[in-house]
Amino acid sequence: MDLTTTYLGMKLKNPLVASASPLSESVENIVKLEDKGIAAVVMHSLFEEQLVREARELDRHLVSGTESYAESLSYFPEPREFVVGPEEYLDHIRKAKQRVKVPLIASLNGCSSGGWTKYARNLQEAGADALELNIYFLATRADVAGADIEEEYLRILKSVKENVRIPVAVKMNPFFSSLAHMARRLDQAGADALVLFNRFYQPDIDLETLDVVPNIILSTPQAMRLPMRWIAILHGRLKADLAATGGIHTAEDVLKMLMAGADATMLCSTLLRNGLDHIGVILEGMERWMQEHEYTCVRQMQGSMSQKSCADPAAFERANYMKALQTYRKSF
Amino acid sequence: MPDKRQVTIDGNEAAAYVALRVNEVAAIYPITPSSTMGELLDEWTAAGKTNIWGTVPLVQEMQSEAGAAGTVHGALQRGALTTTFTASQGLLLMIPNMYKIAGELTATVFHVAARSVAAQALSIFGDQSDVMAVRATGFALLASSNVQEVMDFALIAQAATLESRVPFLHFFDGFRTSHEINKIEQLSDDQIRAMIDDDLVLAHRRRALTPDDPVIRGTAQNPDVFFQAREAVNPFYERCPGIVAKAMEKFQKLTGRSYRLFDYYGPPDARRLVVIIGSGAQAVQDTVDTLNEAGEKVGLLKVRLYRPFSAEHFLNAIPGSVRKIAVLDRTKEPGSIGEPLYLDVVNVIYESRQEGHFRELPAVIGGRYGLSSKEFTPAMIKGVFDELKKEQPRNHFTIGIDDDLTHTSLPYDPEFTIESASGVRAIFYGLGADGTVSANKSSIKIIGENTGNYVQGYFVYDSKKSGSMTVSHLRFGPKPIHSTYLVTRANFVGCHQFMFLESHDVLEKLDEGGIFLLNAPYGKDEVWDRIPQHVQRTIIGKKLQFYVIDAYQVAHKSGMQGRINTIMQTCFFAISGILPREEAIQAIKTMIEKAYGKKGEEVVRMNYEAVDHTLAHLHKVDYPQKVTSNILRKPVVPARAPEFVQTVTAPMMACRGDELPVSALPADGTYPVGTAKWEKRNIAQDIPVWDPQVCIQCGKCVAVCPHSVIRTKIYAHGLLKEAPSAFLSIPCKDKEFGGQNYTIQVAPEDCTGCGICVDVCPAKNKTETRLKAINMTPQAPVLEQEKANWEFFESLPDIDRRLVKHSSIRGIQSLQPLFEFSGACAACGETPYIKLATQLFGDRMIVANATGCSSIYGGNLPTTPWTKNKDGRGPAWSNSLFEDNAEFGLGFSVALTKQKQYALELLRKLELDVGSALVREIADARQTDEAEIFEQRERVELLKAKIVKNKSAEARHLLSLADTLVKKSVWIIGGDGWAYDIGFGGLDHVLANGADVNILVLDTEVYSNTGGQMSKATPRAAVAKFAAAGKKVGKKDLARMAMTYEHVYVANVALGAKDEHTLKAFIEAERYEGPSLIIAYSHCIAHGIDMTAGMQIQKEAVMCGYWPLFRYNPQLLKEGKNPMVLDSPEPKFPFKDYAYKQNRFKMLVKTDPEEAKRLIRLAQDDVLRRWQTYRAMADAGPGVPASGQPTKN
Repeated sequence: MDLTTTYLGMKLKNPLVASASPLSESVENIVKLEDKGIAAVVMHSLFEEQLVREARELDRHLVSGTESYAESLSYFPEPREFVVGPEEYLDHIRKAKQRVKVPLIASLNGCSSGGWTKYARNLQEAGADALELNIYFLATRADVAGADIEEEYLRILKSVKENVRIPVAVKMNPFFSSLAHMARRLDQAGADALVLFNRFYQPDIDLETLDVVPNIILSTPQAMRLPMRWIAILHGRLKADLAATGGIHTAEDVLKMLMAGADATMLCSTLLRNGLDHIGVILEGMERWMQEHEYTCVRQMQGSMSQKSCADPAAFERANYMKALQTYRKSF
Repeated sequence: MPDKRQVTIDGNEAAAYVALRVNEVAAIYPITPSSTMGELLDEWTAAGKTNIWGTVPLVQEMQSEAGAAGTVHGALQRGALTTTFTASQGLLLMIPNMYKIAGELTATVFHVAARSVAAQALSIFGDQSDVMAVRATGFALLASSNVQEVMDFALIAQAATLESRVPFLHFFDGFRTSHEINKIEQLSDDQIRAMIDDDLVLAHRRRALTPDDPVIRGTAQNPDVFFQAREAVNPFYERCPGIVAKAMEKFQKLTGRSYRLFDYYGPPDARRLVVIIGSGAQAVQDTVDTLNEAGEKVGLLKVRLYRPFSAEHFLNAIPGSVRKIAVLDRTKEPGSIGEPLYLDVVNVIYESRQEGHFRELPAVIGGRYGLSSKEFTPAMIKGVFDELKKEQPRNHFTIGIDDDLTHTSLPYDPEFTIESASGVRAIFYGLGADGTVSANKSSIKIIGENTGNYVQGYFVYDSKKSGSMTVSHLRFGPKPIHSTYLVTRANFVGCHQFMFLESHDVLEKLDEGGIFLLNAPYGKDEVWDRIPQHVQRTIIGKKLQFYVIDAYQVAHKSGMQGRINTIMQTCFFAISGILPREEAIQAIKTMIEKAYGKKGEEVVRMNYEAVDHTLAHLHKVDYPQKVTSNILRKPVVPARAPEFVQTVTAPMMACRGDELPVSALPADGTYPVGTAKWEKRNIAQDIPVWDPQVCIQCGKCVAVCPHSVIRTKIYAHGLLKEAPSAFLSIPCKDKEFGGQNYTIQVAPEDCTGCGICVDVCPAKNKTETRLKAINMTPQAPVLEQEKANWEFFESLPDIDRRLVKHSSIRGIQSLQPLFEFSGACAACGETPYIKLATQLFGDRMIVANATGCSSIYGGNLPTTPWTKNKDGRGPAWSNSLFEDNAEFGLGFSVALTKQKQYALELLRKLELDVGSALVREIADARQTDEAEIFEQRERVELLKAKIVKNKSAEARHLLSLADTLVKKSVWIIGGDGWAYDIGFGGLDHVLANGADVNILVLDTEVYSNTGGQMSKATPRAAVAKFAAAGKKVGKKDLARMAMTYEHVYVANVALGAKDEHTLKAFIEAERYEGPSLIIAYSHCIAHGIDMTAGMQIQKEAVMCGYWPLFRYNPQLLKEGKNPMVLDSPEPKFPFKDYAYKQNRFKMLVKTDPEEAKRLIRLAQDDVLRRWQTYRAMADAGPGVPASGQPTKN
């Protein structure tokens, strides 16, 4: 059975890619992911904002209370140097590269104009096989137009592309007025792949403390419907590859995404929930289904159910909403 | 070819620089002002810096200076080149070993930043009373008088000790030299190597104890030989001065810098001479020049090698023309005929009479100057020379003070100045937190390293740890700077805080036509009308060039969070013209890169941005030639303050303490309590303001307030008739106080604005959840209103203590704290515990306080936070030393025990006068709660009334001891440095002793007061000074050690985790009739945390299992129950989740990530292992009661 696929110009032994998650924070886990059959690993994100914040906090705590009282003019020893900046992350990539053969895709979340390009080069030099740009603007300002946000995405992508030679994927969010149009613009600006979709952090409210609290919820299988629809719509219309992420939990989910048109399918919540052995379960499930349905390779099915190729293209469009609701009513 | 590398450093760094290079071992212990030397050695060795033999010296922190001296002694006996650094009491603790080291003719150099020895009070500042106390030990005493000499003499001492085998104490004046930054020539490794003879090093090593060639040393000798053996060292001491002189000659050949054992400075025909040791010689030298230029014939003799004292070298140095000599000592020996240097000089002169050195024997007078870093200025020096002109000059004088008591002080003209007219002389007034001192240190380096100018920087700090004022004194000029005194005439003054204009005369020292730079929240057109009248008058009168900048606005724009250092520094360079503007800006940026580059690009960017924004916001003010302001200087304290506060405390608060005469000050160090409330510091930008509608009246804000500024009262509604209109009040929610009113009020001028009260407030506004029952609000707009409210609040009656439920935080919230408005850090983690103890037991407390943060914020003049209630009762407080606090407190206890016993004996003897019933009631009274204690007080008052007129000896004695019949509460308070390290031996003995004392350990897990050095309480994986590479071993489990006695009440508490648990522990501990030990988690600025969230961090310490809450109550053991009660849950999350919110742990991740991972894993194991141990103890079966028979739990 041929499960190979091509993503970001790289031949993958199967479509299963570990998406950015705490799993990749340890080299040992990356080795295990490879052993269990994963085809590529997206590293956890390098957050420029976090680096900036850490540097500021370090500075603040080192100077806080100093030069105030004659007996305690400082409170900490003054080391010759600090390991600040991305060095630890880069070192992590270097170490992981030495231990695994599967491609490693570095993930970057910049916050300054210089940061995106500088860190992208750093990541390339550290040995990353490709780069995933985790562009993350929550457009909350009423005085910023959607078009401005779109331009910012394109500007970042172009500047990174100009500074690295490795392939670059853009992790998108679904909150564009015209997602297809934005996807095309990113494609035209040189994105080698689009990853659908980024999940914004969704805060919760604690009723007891009346605090807004971070509450990371692992994805449910229902979450895959959104990326699946858009992959199906975009498949065949772009040069860029398409990767599906969010809600992929079973072999069936992977197969559906591939049929919708994904070049790669990313796993996260299901591995955190079920452990790394679940990679094997999914691969076995895929092979079993393909055997039973007489598919010989993944390529056969890729895009087979996309909007372009499926029997009922309108099923992916708005009309379907009415139909679905009616179906829903009928069940009562 | 001599290396002429110039560096701009302070005296401590100069000494440490050499000490690192010529030693193999350093045994250290922190003490101001010498701590920096040990810290630098620790940092440098952690970074792999080597000595001249290419090996990294080993630095060993000890538990005390006595321990350090022992380790030095041991290492020397094993032949290692060994050093230590110390001062003051630390040096005194080394004395026993110093006798031994000298007696055994062992080569070593101790470097001492000389400091006052505590007498009527502790002082951290500089004089030579410590050094003079060790002159009998047999150590050679070699004095440096400036930063250059510190580096040079550190090396000369090392060379001389190796050759002479006499150990050396190399000293320099604390702060004046140890902390003065100066531009000096740095010795190269080649020069150092050339001075140190390896053969002598090998000879030193050959004398080491070794089983391969054993000897014994340290014998006990008997009357037959001890005396002779003691005299056997004489040849070594006779040779020593010559060896030092030879080393100085060799040094001159290598470096070009010339020194003699006694350096004479002045004309060959001088008639009057001053003899002096240390930094004061610098100021005398400049004064001598000025006076001689005016035609006088005066000279100076600088004493370098004070012991062994070479009479020959001394006499050879003095011109035979000298007729009168004034010998100046920077120490005091009460009861002596004169101070040590004076006596030595008199003796040498007397003994010289046979030799005919002098045409006629000169008259010698002696006097004291400069104790505790008291200024020693050319004006004073001229006063001394002028005195020598007199036929009968005053002997045994003092200079620099007004001694109106015994009239020792010499008169002098304070206006006399020799301040150079060339160069820049600048004074900067800043706040500790604003970065002024850092900016100035940076400017000094820039000018020192980028121009041919000589530079000098000296910094004066006040006695508070939060909101403290700093004054920087900077000099730059083309000639070497010897001015070892504050700038007396400035041509540049920077006032970095607008509020100082009202409270201080910042322009007093500024020359006519000088530059005045002001940081103000006003533009150039508005600022004039905003400054006080007296400032306007001075600006006009002195024709000052007046510049203004809103530095906080620039800082805000650049993300600098209140740090205005680089902004004000840029202004200084832009205006002073000491460097071309562009060149200066480039130099500032280079310095920024150098200073902050290692912290990351962001920090550099922020500072660059601040520099770039500055010039556009800096404006010259075109001011009118008339006074327009109505703003007047406020009185320091209000007229209703007590007389002592008016006459003594207020001048100190106004920085005019130097003007107080001797008679104004208590001779025995006894001061009134309750003075902090007169020191309205107004340092908070924002203060908490109460919202009664949201408040649930829980009292948590009161419990955590480190400065006792947030208070509650419960009072009759009718009292509100006189209340100011803005005074807030609401019915009390507690049933016990039904019908009464309740108020939370903040003292707006005493609050530090830390916000910790708001952080812990559990009540949220239901319609706007960002608001709580108290909310931070800008102080200025509500100040007058809240002042009036506070005044009214104070006038409301205190609650009847008998009505309060003492077992809950809610219940005790309205008990008056008898510890208020301390100068501790904003959001201090220690002070809430002290405050709590005073709320509960303050009116019968007697406190022994170890030296440390708590003795500083508790007892550093001008004011004290310890106070008394309306009945005049309150904690009596004293600080003895650092190391002896437990013993000191035990002294209170044994005295009270004896006095009470004697009082009872007398009571029974006077039974017929007093009445049997009252005697019995007093003798048998239970005193376990407020009501019982109240009743006993009533009985004792009755007793006093009955015997007051009885003139019998018994009655008079009983009257003087009657108060001991009311239960007293002995508290022994100190930090972990005391309890875990230096004072542990005593603490252990006091615990073992069984006396009824309460020991409160404010555990910040480092020596906070001296700047965060590691103690045995420091947790594994934390970075601290002396543990720059992270602490490798776990925290000492003091609680478990104390439990092994089985009769000690032990509690581990964390107020922020469970306040009621802390309260319970305090009450149980105090009630327990035996030793009690409370170990209190105290978050600290030295942890590198957001202090406002300190209580949350305490909670996390408990929740992760690092700081389990428990009580070990031997009372339960007596009842046959398990004494151990664990009061906190199983660890809920990993230790690192708690640790990595604190810079002390995080820093290691940033310096040595691999080691950080290793240590944090081990630290996690520590946590779990300790947790399991306590769990097992708490789960254990029934204990064994005193009878020895097991009983059921």
